Amino acid sequence: MAAEAAKVIDKETLWGGKVSPFSISYGKLMMWFFLVSDALTFGGLLVAYGYQRHKFTGEWPLAEDVFHSLPFVEGHFPLIYVALMTFILIVSSVTMVLAVEAGHRLDKKGIIKWLAATVFGGFFFLGSQAWEWSHFIHGSHGYLVTESGQKAFFETDGHEYHENAELYEKAAIRFEDGKVVKGAEAKEVIENSLKHVQGANLHENEYGPQLYANFFFFITGFHGFHVFSGVIINLLILIQVIRGVYDSRGHYEMVEKAGLYWHFVDLVWVFVFTFFYLL
Amino acid sequence: MERDDIIEYSLNTHHNEEQGKAIRSKIWKVTAILTIITIAEVAVGIYFNRRVLGAESGAWVSIKLAYIFLTLVKAGYIVMSFMHLGDERKNVRYTILAPYILFVCYLIFIALQESEYINAMLRTYTE
Repeated sequence: MAAEAAKVIDKETLWGGKVSPFSISYGKLMMWFFLVSDALTFGGLLVAYGYQRHKFTGEWPLAEDVFHSLPFVEGHFPLIYVALMTFILIVSSVTMVLAVEAGHRLDKKGIIKWLAATVFGGFFFLGSQAWEWSHFIHGSHGYLVTESGQKAFFETDGHEYHENAELYEKAAIRFEDGKVVKGAEAKEVIENSLKHVQGANLHENEYGPQLYANFFFFITGFHGFHVFSGVIINLLILIQVIRGVYDSRGHYEMVEKAGLYWHFVDLVWVFVFTFFYLL
Repeated sequence: MERDDIIEYSLNTHHNEEQGKAIRSKIWKVTAILTIITIAEVAVGIYFNRRVLGAESGAWVSIKLAYIFLTLVKAGYIVMSFMHLGDERKNVRYTILAPYILFVCYLIFIALQESEYINAMLRTYTE
């Protein structure tokens, strides 16, 4: 809480020199300015995403079709995993603000407890993101590029095959114009196809326009990198608190500054969640 | 030489147990709001999307606007409450928010304007 900022000081004194009209410490103000510049970077990325998204509005994939799996569970759960990740990040933001609050009461035990919970939540989120990336990269059935350069998709009546041999054996083939072939004819198409595109990387992408995969890697990757550095910063602050580095200072402002950064990471994810997954 | 004209603002930010209780109850309230909004967004996202409703339909456009509005509500709670910007002086708040909002609004306008145009051109020449 900014007790100093809540104090009523008349304008003459506030703007007359000697006191800072901002009533905020140097470190916190500079952290805010850094966050503004970082927010501009993310704003630029999301606006660039919106630009391409509107440009290819007809072919852009639905997030529900791309992100519908959970680890350890078979089935179709659109967006549930991303929602879980969002929830984890919000909760770790809450534990961070509780650590800051404990810091204002000089409650060292409280800080250690809540900051440790924040670090745990951060690692949990990073692990979730790693799983999501791996799933996105490996993909599902994918599509074939036929002899004539057309796309051909697999028809499986909702079955999901994990082995390609089984997929080739059982699936029917649907061409771009809607024509479906089965059995021996399908086998022939598969045999003569130029390649089988599965999952996504920076050159190929089974989900839709190539830019979709590129933006996924870049935006969630850049955000994940921020989460990673945030977790490391929180971990270092936690170690400093445990070792009693801040005891002699009489305040725990370092926790507050790290907290600002951590909340910012959560803030960015709120926007990524809306614009990348929901819209 | 020890300077006595520099104020350590961070020293003036302590509060007692009673104030802490009020602050904590506010934190839990904001947590509940953020969670409920997220759950509502995902629940709507599972059952309604632009394939079910049609990309140009009024229902989908209003859901989209609602998503953006709810995102801004969430962002407001995080910035004002969790990051304590609401407790800072008014001039700090505007120094941080005003330039950002101004710039991003312009960026959104120009990017969407141009991409709609290019989309229309692509459609004209490919059909």
